[in-house]
Amino acid sequence: MKLARAKEPFHFYTRLSLTFLTGLKARTVTELAEHLKTAPESVVYQHTHRFLQAHQYLVPEPPNDFAYWVSDMVQDEKLGERLAAIDTVRFSSLEELKSALVKTIEEYLGGGVAPRTVPEGKEFHFMRAVRFSIPTRSVACDLAEFADCLRKVSISSLYLHVFEARLRPPLGVNDFSKWLDGQLGEGALARKVANLDPYAQTMEGLRSRILKMVEKRLKEGSHAAP
Amino acid sequence: MPHLEDYRPLVGADTVEELRLLGGFLAGKSVVHVNSTAVGGGVAEILSRMVPLLHELGMDTRWEVIKGGEDFYAATKRFHNALHGDVVEVGSKDYRVYESTVEENLPAIDLRADFVFVHDPQPAALVRARDGRGGHWIWRCHIDLSRPNPGVWAFFRPYVERYDACVFSAPPFAQRLPIPQALIAPAIDPLSDKNRDLGEEEIRSILERLQIPTDKTIVSQVSRFDRLKDPVGVIEAFQKAKPYVEARLVLVGGTADDDPEGAQVLSEVREKAAGDEDILVLCLPPTSHLEINAIQRASAVVLQKSIREGFGLTVTEALWKGKPVIAGAAGGIPLQIAHKHSGILTHTTDGAAYWLKRLLNEPEYAKKLGENGREQVRQNFLLTRHLRDYLLLFLFLDRGRADFIPLRSKEG
Repeated sequence: MKLARAKEPFHFYTRLSLTFLTGLKARTVTELAEHLKTAPESVVYQHTHRFLQAHQYLVPEPPNDFAYWVSDMVQDEKLGERLAAIDTVRFSSLEELKSALVKTIEEYLGGGVAPRTVPEGKEFHFMRAVRFSIPTRSVACDLAEFADCLRKVSISSLYLHVFEARLRPPLGVNDFSKWLDGQLGEGALARKVANLDPYAQTMEGLRSRILKMVEKRLKEGSHAAP
Repeated sequence: MPHLEDYRPLVGADTVEELRLLGGFLAGKSVVHVNSTAVGGGVAEILSRMVPLLHELGMDTRWEVIKGGEDFYAATKRFHNALHGDVVEVGSKDYRVYESTVEENLPAIDLRADFVFVHDPQPAALVRARDGRGGHWIWRCHIDLSRPNPGVWAFFRPYVERYDACVFSAPPFAQRLPIPQALIAPAIDPLSDKNRDLGEEEIRSILERLQIPTDKTIVSQVSRFDRLKDPVGVIEAFQKAKPYVEARLVLVGGTADDDPEGAQVLSEVREKAAGDEDILVLCLPPTSHLEINAIQRASAVVLQKSIREGFGLTVTEALWKGKPVIAGAAGGIPLQIAHKHSGILTHTTDGAAYWLKRLLNEPEYAKKLGENGREQVRQNFLLTRHLRDYLLLFLFLDRGRADFIPLRSKEG
């Protein structure tokens, strides 16, 4: 099989982040919503995306820091469930995600629920993530090279290209699908990768699923070749 | 000393590769670490492993130690306890001794570096020397600053504010400060003598040499003889549990150069343990890493009944060895232990006694706690993650301190 070569190779980057403390804390869900309203994107990222990345080895993944705190520390399971139902990776901007979180808390409090105060030591600490985008040595020009790279790169790299890519234009599209379609003409494979449900597996599981799809496509190609 | 490659089997190839990538952006930069003791205590241990790895990544790294007399260490011990939130008498003489000792050290310590990394309060005032000297200054606070004595914190705060950034080990330690506050948990080195795998024969021979009988189940606490580690409370908890279990308590400690209270606490501990043949109190030199490793590995349960704690690296060590740990819910310990999942958090002596009885009588549950604890440490508290966070902090300070820092290929 003669593999299609990309005009623009796929450069694998990796996403690392460092957490900074803001000194702000909440003892009730009312305070949580107040601070969240004025929080910059780096704070929203820390408690949603960074949280997901840090817990990627757990199945099912905990949804976000806010839901975890409300359920486990405030022990308000109803609101905790509603916050957990907010799907971090479906939002195409952090601002939209923040609005959804604030709206959920405010609607809940609007129902006349008296907010509980957590004891000392159980407060929610607002933190922000400083993100670093780092080029790796992995570069792919065709599907076989892409598979090779995919086997080697870190979980953080996979996270960047599959999840975080959705926050950049074109919004909602992961980097792999965009390149597979645009550079290699692999439209069907690109759609399959885009349709994977990130919540259904760990990041290692996701790596394995994408690899299987790519390997299957490589195999089909080799059978089709004369 | 181990090389980065030696960590690959434990942490994975991608983790090692990421460190090399980050190192590529910082190669040639210089770092000087400054603390108050070359041997003994968690900070010295971390630096002894971190400095060679920073070198390996191409950073010109030095480690300097501030020197002082007995009165300096007595004063800084009081500061340390007061910043931890203890009620301590701190007099104006303590501040004078502190400032004059730091002043005396200034000519002897070469602080010219791209990154000046100052650890804990003892050398914090060195920052007064930064006028006219380039480089980014970082203050690394290893202690629990969640409830500091207001007077002592008011003394240190102006010094801290002169740094470019500070580092805390746990979220509750954060302060309202005008400088960035990074959250970087410390970590253990899985390849050090204190943490590496040991064979059964090696463990047995070390215990024999230390004259620790193995006829009964061993329960241990490894910590400096320091009131904040509550060694007397450990003895009381053990004595409450003793009627229900066949066990021996081994209390292992030492004293560090910068801790003048140690001898006094050791004597109180010996007095409390006197006459109980199931309690062994061992005071070991600060280089007894293999011995501590063997004692932790030989233990059925490890205790760390701290009242105040910085991060609690002895807990990390015990978790890494797959041991069920009963620990005080202080400082960074709750970051490491999810109660009843990866260990036990206690608040009282009675609580420690209750869980000690329970874990010794339910070995299957104790085993599960130990397994979860080890995985938690593998994911979050090994030296490679600590090193990665330091490199990211250097890059943050060096590359404009923005919320998003893109690095380009040609730089690496």
